[in-house]
Amino acid sequence: MATTTLPTGPIEPTVSAAASRFGGLRRIVSAIREARGVPKFMLWTGAAISALFVITAVFAPLIAPYSFDTYRSGGHNFPKQGSPDGTHWFGTTVQSLDVLSRTIYGARTALEVMVLAVIFSLILGVLLGLLAGYFGGWLDRILVLVMDALFAFPYLLLAIVAGFVFSGISGGGVVTAALSITVVYIPQYFRVVRASALSAREATFVEAARAMGAKPSVVIRKYLFGNVIQSVPVITTMNAADAIGTLAGLGFLGLGIQPTEAAEWGYDLDRAIDDVNAGMWWTCLYPGLAMVIAILGFTLLGEGLNDVLNPTMRRRRISKVLLPAHTRRRTVTAPALPDVPEGEAAK
Amino acid sequence: MTEPVLSVRDLRVWYGTDRGPVRAVDGVTFDVRPGETLGLVGESGCGKSTLGRGVLGLTPAAAAVDGEVVLRSPGGAGRNLVGLPAKEIQRLRGPELGLIFQEPMTRLNPLMRISQHFEEALRAHEKGLSKQEIRTRALDALRGMGIPESRYRSYPHEFSGGMRQRIMIALALVLRPAFIVADEPTTALDVLVEAQIIKILADLRKNFDTSLVLITHNLGIVAEACDRVAVMYAGHIVEQGDAREVFANPQHPYTRELLRSTISLSTTGLHFIPGSPPDLVEPPQGCRFHPRCPVAMRGCATVEPPEVVLPTGVVSACWQQAIEVEPSLVDELGPDGREPLAAVKEISVADEA
Amino acid sequence: MLTKPDIEPSGEGAAAEVGEPLVEATGLEVHFGLRGGLLGRFSGKAAGAVRAVDGIDLTLRKGEVLGLVGESGSGKTTLGRTLIGLTKATAGSISYRGQDITELGERGLRPLRRRLQMVFQDPHASLNPAMDIRTAVGHPLRIHNLVADDQEYEARVVDALERVGLTPPERYLGKFPGDLSGGQKQRAVLARAIIAEPELLVADEPISMLDMSVRAKILQLMLDLKRDLDLTYVYVTHDLASAKFFCDSIAIMYLGRIVEYGPTAQVFANPQHPYTEALLAAIPEPDPERALPRELPRGEIPDAARPPMGCAFHPRCPVAVAACGWEARDLRTLLENRWLELAPEAAAREKSLFADVESLAAESLSTVAIAPGRGHTPEDVLEYLRHLREEASEAEPREPFWRGVVTMHAENGRAVVEFAPPRDPRLSLIQATGVQVACHLREPVASTTGT
Repeated sequence: MATTTLPTGPIEPTVSAAASRFGGLRRIVSAIREARGVPKFMLWTGAAISALFVITAVFAPLIAPYSFDTYRSGGHNFPKQGSPDGTHWFGTTVQSLDVLSRTIYGARTALEVMVLAVIFSLILGVLLGLLAGYFGGWLDRILVLVMDALFAFPYLLLAIVAGFVFSGISGGGVVTAALSITVVYIPQYFRVVRASALSAREATFVEAARAMGAKPSVVIRKYLFGNVIQSVPVITTMNAADAIGTLAGLGFLGLGIQPTEAAEWGYDLDRAIDDVNAGMWWTCLYPGLAMVIAILGFTLLGEGLNDVLNPTMRRRRISKVLLPAHTRRRTVTAPALPDVPEGEAAK
Repeated sequence: MTEPVLSVRDLRVWYGTDRGPVRAVDGVTFDVRPGETLGLVGESGCGKSTLGRGVLGLTPAAAAVDGEVVLRSPGGAGRNLVGLPAKEIQRLRGPELGLIFQEPMTRLNPLMRISQHFEEALRAHEKGLSKQEIRTRALDALRGMGIPESRYRSYPHEFSGGMRQRIMIALALVLRPAFIVADEPTTALDVLVEAQIIKILADLRKNFDTSLVLITHNLGIVAEACDRVAVMYAGHIVEQGDAREVFANPQHPYTRELLRSTISLSTTGLHFIPGSPPDLVEPPQGCRFHPRCPVAMRGCATVEPPEVVLPTGVVSACWQQAIEVEPSLVDELGPDGREPLAAVKEISVADEA
Repeated sequence: MLTKPDIEPSGEGAAAEVGEPLVEATGLEVHFGLRGGLLGRFSGKAAGAVRAVDGIDLTLRKGEVLGLVGESGSGKTTLGRTLIGLTKATAGSISYRGQDITELGERGLRPLRRRLQMVFQDPHASLNPAMDIRTAVGHPLRIHNLVADDQEYEARVVDALERVGLTPPERYLGKFPGDLSGGQKQRAVLARAIIAEPELLVADEPISMLDMSVRAKILQLMLDLKRDLDLTYVYVTHDLASAKFFCDSIAIMYLGRIVEYGPTAQVFANPQHPYTEALLAAIPEPDPERALPRELPRGEIPDAARPPMGCAFHPRCPVAVAACGWEARDLRTLLENRWLELAPEAAAREKSLFADVESLAAESLSTVAIAPGRGHTPEDVLEYLRHLREEASEAEPREPFWRGVVTMHAENGRAVVEFAPPRDPRLSLIQATGVQVACHLREPVASTTGT
């Protein structure tokens, strides 16, 4: 019966759409500014470590003395399994590679995979969560079922399986590693976003949008998205930390990035196992340490954000009030006479 | 005249915030006599609820309280509740002080039967009651509120909003307190149910000797159920006195404006007070109502008005009455202090509540 | 400050009479399946359906302000929403400008939404907290493609903000709802509602969540908007006082039905339905001299999933007659209320006459067989009930319940109480005043057909 000839084409808003869509982020910023105590410490320490990690990764070619696959320089091969010294601060590996350079380049790889994985899972998870939460019904049932099934797998196993599948398609590079990790994280975004979309869908402002004649796509983009997205930054930072670990796990099992493609901490750790027995501590210590610090940084950042943004954890600051001396009001008593028409006098 | 159950003297409750202290209650004095109902009215943000809580010692930790809240048990000596340790006040709450909240839905534990609520309340304050005594007392209280015995073992969700509010009142009454604060007890209720609850509250003072402070923004309710009324504005009581007298002959301009802006069945034209109650971090100089007052004089903006006790017993804090009663006070308003204050008209929607 | 000396509501009412019908609802029903989903729909109305709106006819004329008044649970909000297609009607039709909107799907309704707007009760919740005022207020323009460029958009938004008194507009354009007070938010909501030039505005308790000092201002604003923009309002409220002032005509609703419907002045001057009278009597007047002790209807509005038989108001009605739909449930209420007032021992003694009072709670029992308690005969029960009836005949106010009891006799060891057959009261027009009322007491004596 729904027949109409009136045009109801999509209308793309242009004015300050970005400002409004990310209006929710404004609250995040102000919450961060108000943070105090332990959450503040966690937040800023985490942010500092994470920033250090990102800088190292981005400027790796400038910081590292050699490239990750350089084994000779100035016509000389590097020493094999050389202990740390003036030229190779962190020593060299059995393949004559410079440990310092590989550790620094490892940060680059980790960052690339992390960013890609988070972006992929963010886009897919948020989109699917919004759709499932807003439309409900069969779409929601099926998506929830699939996501729960994914959740049920041990995450490393899932990543390994996904790694096998994707390596057949896109080779053994950064993108494959990122995609394998993405599969693990999509359900997390999906769950959180679907839950907040479900509650936002019941909000009066969503109904008001419907009453205005907005189409579902418009409602989702303009009314749900901005309100749902606020729960995402916390998971994103937590996932970032986790992604580094998962990538290393894959690398350690030899399933991650091929050693010829990039330097990877997990792979280096795997190669260093034999060295430990031989008393060589440097090949495993530095990549391992780098990994721990990077994960610690993002975890602190995530936990700090969670404490600051989660209203149930937030506490209002109390400032003590000192009451100044009280001056009692004077009292004027009217003589007990009848017919006092002061009520009229005021008019 | 009988001794008041509750005497509040110069009570102040200030909250600390980042911007400075909020003077939610700023020097309030009133009495409540046995069996009397005092209506506390004013717009939102005038400190009504804070005052109610302050009287019961329920102010949050961040608040500073001083002044006196003297509670007299029948026949006993009075004791000042301000400065009393939280534990002491907790012991008094129930048997001496009762509180009826705005939203009955949120104050009853959904997992507890009504019977359990009563058992808990009675056990906490009257140790050594047998199970049978508790039951009798609870059923008595519920019967007074029109709740049949067959519902005694029901859960809160099985009752309607009006019934829950009756249960809350019964819960407050079962401990037979001498004094109850009811904070907007009918706000969430329908007209007819509201009228029923008001009737119950009005009957309270007849049937029990309970004194009541009824906080509301509905002047009709005050007219209906209260003996005396105190009008609150910006942390002060600006007018108090016998309800009939105040309604028939409102003295303070705020009371007059409040009455005029109420939409009732006899409303023939819309009237409203411009602007909204002031920010209590920085309340206006002089009389706090002067920026919205239609009859403000220049002096009102600089000098705080005294409290004027009128022959009718009504107390009003307004310069208009002050200079009427004591013409010599005009000097305090300064030269041309009696000139009308022109600034009043310039209040826009920007200041609206 | 002082307002509205120029416009008289009655004057507008007179103007509305010449207005053409804008919306006409016929036999409108909205039943919600209680069990939800497919199961509830298959099992149909009989099993657990809430009759939120249950057979309503009304005509809304252009320029009219219609008040839908009732307690919560009366179906007034559902009716208001259904009139503009926000809730699907399960039966009946709504004609808007000759088009039956109950037949349109969501997609077909979308273009009409521009003309049929809604203002919700809670201004805090009806604005997207993550959207600034500029975007929020102007969004209907984008949705319905009403502006050519950003300049025009900005101009329209500024104009709407000025109309609702949010001046200077520049001050509000970039603000977020969180920065505004309740009254300002409701103004922004109104701006959003009028920006696409609607014809009809359904306002669902637009002032009840606001501070009382702002209520009059928002009502005044709505009157100004109506005058300037030629709007028609449906004003949904539980507050008779504001409805009296604001509305041209008024429909009093009870449990999904209209019990009284007519010009505001007539309804208030001479309320016909006992429910209307009760509502009017319940409004507290801010004048102690006039605050008289009064009789309030007993109990609360019944559960719409288990409505009383006959006239839904009869269990609370002080003047109900035999045909109003008395049933077993009413006997239970009567007994419980009596026992509440007795001393506990006396109540227990009387209670022991009955095997199970709860069995009386079943719905729609026009004849009920009461099992006597242990050690009692049906005659004991009958004697007790007769005693109650006698007592009631002398009491003041009279208990209307007994008017509905036709016979009481013993049968098969039970006491059988038979009630008069229920009859649904129908809205019938009182010619002199133009008020329609659904009450057996006001039915035209001569004929049984309504009009």
